[in-house]
Amino acid sequence: MNEILGMASIVVGLAFELFGCLGLVRLPDVYNRLQAATKCVTLGTCGIMFGVFLTFGPTAAGLKALLCIFFVVLTAPVSAHAIARAAHRSGVRLCPGSVVDRYEEDMAARGGDSGSAG
Amino acid sequence: MRFARGGGRGAPGVSAGGGMKSRLILFVLGLAVWAVLTWPPTARACLFGPPASLLAALLAGEMFVRRPYALKDPMRYAYFALYLPLFVWECVKGNIHVARLICHPDLPINPGIVKVRTRLKSETGLAFLDCSITLTPGTMTVDTDPDGGFIYVHWIDVKAVDVDGATRRIVDIFERILVRIFE
Amino acid sequence: MSAFGRRGRIRWAIGAAALLAALGAIAFGPLPSLSRAGPAFAPFFIRCLYALVLCLVLCLYRILRGPTVPDRAVAIDIMGIVVVGFCAVLCVPTGQEWYIDIGIAWALQSFIATLALAKYLEGKPLDE
Repeated sequence: MNEILGMASIVVGLAFELFGCLGLVRLPDVYNRLQAATKCVTLGTCGIMFGVFLTFGPTAAGLKALLCIFFVVLTAPVSAHAIARAAHRSGVRLCPGSVVDRYEEDMAARGGDSGSAG
Repeated sequence: MRFARGGGRGAPGVSAGGGMKSRLILFVLGLAVWAVLTWPPTARACLFGPPASLLAALLAGEMFVRRPYALKDPMRYAYFALYLPLFVWECVKGNIHVARLICHPDLPINPGIVKVRTRLKSETGLAFLDCSITLTPGTMTVDTDPDGGFIYVHWIDVKAVDVDGATRRIVDIFERILVRIFE
Repeated sequence: MSAFGRRGRIRWAIGAAALLAALGAIAFGPLPSLSRAGPAFAPFFIRCLYALVLCLVLCLYRILRGPTVPDRAVAIDIMGIVVVGFCAVLCVPTGQEWYIDIGIAWALQSFIATLALAKYLEGKPLDE
């Protein structure tokens, strides 16, 4: 029974992971790619890990899988945030269809001190 | 421009006792993680685990827990238990939303970066809010401005351009609970 | 978006057909002979590994093609997370539990690498 549940969880995780990588290929600019990829791949990996945990049961490997879920959920948003900020500061603009860019406006408004405090 | 973010060294108002408590909490946490990692405990694991976590605790110092008294309040844990299911539900909803966008032949996206306001002040609370925003439907944190209390959010399907409308749609559901946990 | 027109639809159809063909090959294709020796559900997990390899190939496309450097950084980061899932699945059919240790180490190390890459993109020294 546990194995069936684990396999179902792994299949759901794999589906989301495929969607995430597909978004990485299809979407038009860095920020959109980052969105799709981070969300879907994180949930997908969590699904796979949870499936592995169900398959193993509460043994050493299962507990390690749970710990791995914890690490991935904690680190993936932080690295997405770091890459987004770095991309914006290194001058990558939003794709042409975008509506609004408040960050750009505020950075331009405060642009005077950008060189000094860096 | 430099937005002050986490890891600020030498925070004012942290006494020596606070530093000791922070180190102690980090030591216990490190031991717990070590125990899970090397689960059937062998002699070698027991020999190297405590010194390693002690070293980590001494190095990290008081950066880890700034306000140890906040950990004693049971209501905060109760609200955290309330927060987890909400977070998981929003996360799944966000994934289904994004998956639908990706599979659609016309890619019906409407992206942009909006600015939202937050009432959270503590760094841990802000970090949690950032992670929650990143993992929920169509939104991703680009930068935070803790001095003004603003967060810049990339939104894959912009529905409200102004600060108040965006705040109501993105931040409010999490902030209601996170204020209770971290402030 | 209106920028995609008729040509976009045709490209979408071709891509979807290719993806479905790949998934079909993963689900019903032949397996290597070593999988018959493993535990009961081993063939299923081997097919999962194939699907994860498909994900890695999609990431690789973005790494090779990516017009800007942040695009490549994103793809490398995502590839790290996919590899963590790969390690976790790998330890079921082989029965070697230490693969998941590799996964944990890979997750942490890829996180540090991504942070360093982001700092480099911002043009800051690494210790800020």
